[in-house]
Amino acid sequence: MTDGGDGNGWAGDIAERVRTVPPSGIRKFFELAEEQEDVISLGVGEPDFSAPWSAREAGIDSLERGRTSYTANRGKRELREEIARDYRRFELDYSPEDEIIVTTGVSEGVDLAFRALFDPGDTVAVVQPAYVSYVPGVTFAGAEPLPVPTHAEDDFKLTYDALADAGAEDADGLIYCYPNNPTGAVMERDELEEIAEFCRENDLTVLADEVYADLTYDGNHASIAALDGMRERTIVFNGFSKAYAMTGTRLGYALGPSEAINAMNRVHQYTMLSAPTTAQYMAIDALRRCRDDVEEMRKAYNRRRNLVLSRLEDIGMDCFEAKGAFYVFPEVPDGASDDEFAEVLLEEEEVAAVPGSVFGEGGEGHLRMSYATGTDELKEAMDRIERFVERNY
Amino acid sequence: MEEEKRRELVEVLVEDARRSIDDIARMLEAEPAEIENEIEALENEGVLRGYTAIVDWEKLDDDRAEAYVEVNVSLDRETSYNDIADRIARFPEVTSLHLVSGNYDFGLIVECDSMNEVSNFVSEKVAPVPEITQTVTHFVMDAYKERGFSMGDGDDDERLSVSP
Repeated sequence: MTDGGDGNGWAGDIAERVRTVPPSGIRKFFELAEEQEDVISLGVGEPDFSAPWSAREAGIDSLERGRTSYTANRGKRELREEIARDYRRFELDYSPEDEIIVTTGVSEGVDLAFRALFDPGDTVAVVQPAYVSYVPGVTFAGAEPLPVPTHAEDDFKLTYDALADAGAEDADGLIYCYPNNPTGAVMERDELEEIAEFCRENDLTVLADEVYADLTYDGNHASIAALDGMRERTIVFNGFSKAYAMTGTRLGYALGPSEAINAMNRVHQYTMLSAPTTAQYMAIDALRRCRDDVEEMRKAYNRRRNLVLSRLEDIGMDCFEAKGAFYVFPEVPDGASDDEFAEVLLEEEEVAAVPGSVFGEGGEGHLRMSYATGTDELKEAMDRIERFVERNY
Repeated sequence: MEEEKRRELVEVLVEDARRSIDDIARMLEAEPAEIENEIEALENEGVLRGYTAIVDWEKLDDDRAEAYVEVNVSLDRETSYNDIADRIARFPEVTSLHLVSGNYDFGLIVECDSMNEVSNFVSEKVAPVPEITQTVTHFVMDAYKERGFSMGDGDDDERLSVSP
């Protein structure tokens, strides 16, 4: 990447807020992994299943019928109604009329919120380890990211103290993702209570990324927006990428009070116009007919999760019991560097796992291992890691 | 073992019966001995009737023939569906036998080494059974999916090897 004007074909400048954001640490790892032939990757942040056939078929059908025009800015009314109905599972009621917006992936929704709800100079607390887009997203919107590290000893849950220690009382917003990527941590309802208290006391706007809500393995997902005094200060994000294995269709949605959703829609209507139409038809079918598929996938992930956690325990890699998403986040043995462990593991045993430090503060000394991979491959990967740890640690 | 876990054990075996006891135990958060005992119990109770392989015979250059055979029967006071089924099921050529609703009574799958053998088997062994009034034989031309397994080459994993 060049900054422009140096004779490499671009005469203009690159904006400072873009230039100063480093490329994702994932990228370097991706390039290393691509060089290997027989790599088993535990580095993939998306399901190994395909979207349920019924949803795919609905997409095909919509194309056959020539449904290729724009939709309403906020998304098809039918889809918003299905989303509203579906979210009542989490004790939340949003009006399809003006409290729901369908976006091009959760990523777009989060970006809309950053741009529509915060001013330059505002501070957004980012719970870390975090999905790699949050910090750059805050920066692109002109606001200031404030890292809020979580720790292995708390099973990577967010606590009142973690927020206070990071100085989040002066922040304007808070963004987190639970069930969490990269740690697999979940927040139970009673654990969310103290976060809600902090946010009410300090008047924080909460952006709750719940894209892994359906992939919760022990008890039910709880949404912070359902707690007292939180609906009016929370935007909830979810989508079809993870639970419905539809990452490539790029469809998500945001839920919140109309004033906030209207503001997000203002940015959306001028930048995206509407989310992809074919994807919206798929999503309607997914919500109507594919709940069983989601449950089957959830059960399959859970079995793999159990397998991986049990193998890691035997190998002697400390790992808290990750109860959500499709990641485990074990500690690198002997206090070694996660970056080095991951690189040598890839080189010697051709297993790719992502160094935890890529995901921000609190992630160092850990590895993100995704179990969104077939059971046979997972077994083989665990055999290789066992061999590697025995040999080197 | 609790009912839900027992059911999941069966599902895991249906998905792949060759998994090791150790792996299944890890997947279901159980002790290996517990899994072993439960599988034995399921076998003794007749829930688990056997384990087999799903084969793409074409890849073995095996020209065996398979046919669906519809069978109509007429019952009398002394003969029940079970009696007739029992008689037909004893032939090793019959690999599946179901009583079905609709235009015929029994649906059979018959496997032999050649189409000729299937024809001979149906005309000489099935059709002559006194209660059987009619048979219709459909030869299988190609297999695309068997008990959940696709016979195609499958799709490549096109995901990026590392992604956020």
